[in-house]
Amino acid sequence: MKFKFLISGLLLSLCVSVAQARFAAFEFDSKQQEQDYKELTHELRCLVCQNQNIADSNAELAQDLKRKTYDLVKSGKSKQEITDYMTERYGDFVMYRPPVTNSTLLLWAGPFIILLIGLVVLVRVISKRRKAEADNSLTAADKSRAEELLKGD
Amino acid sequence: MNKAVIPLIIFVAMAGLFMVVLNKINQGEYNPRDIPTEFIGRTVPQFDLPDLLDAGNRVTAEQFTGKPWLLNVWGTWCAECWKEHAYLLHLSSQGIPIVGINWRDEDAEAIKFIEQKGNPFVAIGADPKSDAVIDLGVYGAPETFLIDANGIIREKHKGALIPPVWDQKFAPYFAAESR
Repeated sequence: MKFKFLISGLLLSLCVSVAQARFAAFEFDSKQQEQDYKELTHELRCLVCQNQNIADSNAELAQDLKRKTYDLVKSGKSKQEITDYMTERYGDFVMYRPPVTNSTLLLWAGPFIILLIGLVVLVRVISKRRKAEADNSLTAADKSRAEELLKGD
Repeated sequence: MNKAVIPLIIFVAMAGLFMVVLNKINQGEYNPRDIPTEFIGRTVPQFDLPDLLDAGNRVTAEQFTGKPWLLNVWGTWCAECWKEHAYLLHLSSQGIPIVGINWRDEDAEAIKFIEQKGNPFVAIGADPKSDAVIDLGVYGAPETFLIDANGIIREKHKGALIPPVWDQKFAPYFAAESR
């Protein structure tokens, strides 16, 4: 029993020290710098695991990019300057929100185009159904005939 | 037109698209993970790295301006780098200056690799923390740059430098230079 406590104690202290190491790795001069760093790492895309931002990714390149971002923030560079630094090297691809250009136009407009197609299809389906319902409505003659039939043989 | 055919048409169209794209991937003409190439026509970033084989020395881009040279990013952890190594040795024996950037390696590992397999590089800079690599916009190894006499990047290749790639992208440039 004592042994178990010892092990869990050891594990706990290990966790705590790992967590502390994570925080200690990045210290900022101001709240603004910390905020810039957070925003940047959430908007920069990891280049080896392309569906993650570098804040979420543990890929080695993402870690190095985080460190680079930190160095740049710490040296007093503005968000725009750091974004420019990254796009100069890795292209617009490194941004999760690339600028609107000819090559990214489809990317930006795509969801709206799909929405439009969906709306058109929806409207058409609804109007078709309405029409079919209208066609199904019975005339007075049909109704009386149906009633006769239902009354029995 | 019979409405039942519409899903079939969509299916055939999608299947056709997938076939074309997969074929291109298989033949190496298309890589969905590639990002558009930057850097062609730009001045090579001025890296300054410790010399892997000569502690105390530095390897910088400036040292090599004056004639065209290759810059090769490699690491012992990268399988494609092992694959291209023999061809790099061949190129260096033809007098092509290749500068290596050893990326994210233990120095000892990298030195062992060079000692065992031969050294195609005129100099190797050690870059364990991706300093030069990020400056060069590299995100995977191997990657090879062709830099002209004025320090301008003329070509760039991601993946192993194999003879067809050399013949197509790099060789014409060196042939033109030596004339």
